[in-house]
Amino acid sequence: MDTDQLIRTLAADNAHRAPRVGGLLTMGLLVAAPFSILIFATFLGVRPDVMTAMHNPFFDTKFAVTLSLAIPAIVISLHLSRPEALMRGWGWLLLLPVGLLAVAIGSEAMMAPAMPMTMRLVGKNSRWCMLSIPAMSLPLLAGALFGLRHGAPSRPALAGALAGLLSAGLAATLYASHCTDDSPLFVATWYTIATAVVTAIGAAVGSRVLRY
Amino acid sequence: MRGREDEWTDLMRSAMAGDDAAYHRLLRAVTPVLRAAARRGLARAGQPPDQAEDIVQEILLAVHLKRHTWDSEAPFAPWLFAIARNKLIDALRRRGRRIFVNIDDFAETLPGEALQETASAGEVTAQLNTLPQRQRDVLQSIAVDSASIKDTATKFSMSEGAVRVALHRGLAALTAKLRDH
Repeated sequence: MDTDQLIRTLAADNAHRAPRVGGLLTMGLLVAAPFSILIFATFLGVRPDVMTAMHNPFFDTKFAVTLSLAIPAIVISLHLSRPEALMRGWGWLLLLPVGLLAVAIGSEAMMAPAMPMTMRLVGKNSRWCMLSIPAMSLPLLAGALFGLRHGAPSRPALAGALAGLLSAGLAATLYASHCTDDSPLFVATWYTIATAVVTAIGAAVGSRVLRY
Repeated sequence: MRGREDEWTDLMRSAMAGDDAAYHRLLRAVTPVLRAAARRGLARAGQPPDQAEDIVQEILLAVHLKRHTWDSEAPFAPWLFAIARNKLIDALRRRGRRIFVNIDDFAETLPGEALQETASAGEVTAQLNTLPQRQRDVLQSIAVDSASIKDTATKFSMSEGAVRVALHRGLAALTAKLRDH
């Protein structure tokens, strides 16, 4: 086929309209969410003392941290779905949860400790945390990658890593309502490890499936 | 240079608004620029320039299938060159070379360079033969026999909608095969 013939064929297909990447990302996440929620409802569930816990600022901080990861990650992953987009100027948004955690760790350190530091750090649920967050992330990660496949990221592994971050952020939001470890030290350690695992999976899968 | 790129942006806006002729003109206008850049990339990688047309066709397919990621408020050229650069790097890598492709390769096309009309490429043709019968028939009818969608529908006793679906799926499948082969 010569190039003029190809161009004529492409022009004949001009009427075809693909949906926006944002729409498909939303759809992918909405389809995936019930699976993650099913895992949550089956194996975890909301902690029984949630009404009291809500008065504990460190409990609430967990949601601020996980959402301040998930929302910027969604925004950046959509930005990166454009071929000419650069990470420059956007990466600092990902420092938001880090900053929040640093402030929370600082405030906790200034208070009279309820538990020794090692207990706060290790907590009671570290193994569950490292297992549940990735498990609940995987359906969301699949949904996110499905949506982002309609984009044209110039760095597929980076876009996949962002998909990992956003799904880990959303899964950690669910997990935070189950876990009774509220210390920011616990969050900074175990949530971070779980998130790193999901991000690495996202980058590895993304580098294959997000190529266009 | 500025004028040319503004013209592309205008053409692309019209194309997205449904003007097929504007789209056709745009693709024809950018092709010599893409061809020159592909040749330069191949030359720098020590590859024969006769593969340039394969790369040009791959870029055109990607432009077509990803045009919904273009923001109609933004200029068209940076978007186009980003896709072209990505595809060129991919193509060179597949041919076993890691090469740095300069974005200026696309922007700095000299006037009069490589204004060759059109050329045939082997890869698209080869992959075309691996498509399902229906998609191949439709693509061949429109590309090679220059039939319209309406004529193609009559020829294969299909509805025009079915021809459009087969056309789009065929182009998407072709692109995926070129990427993964």
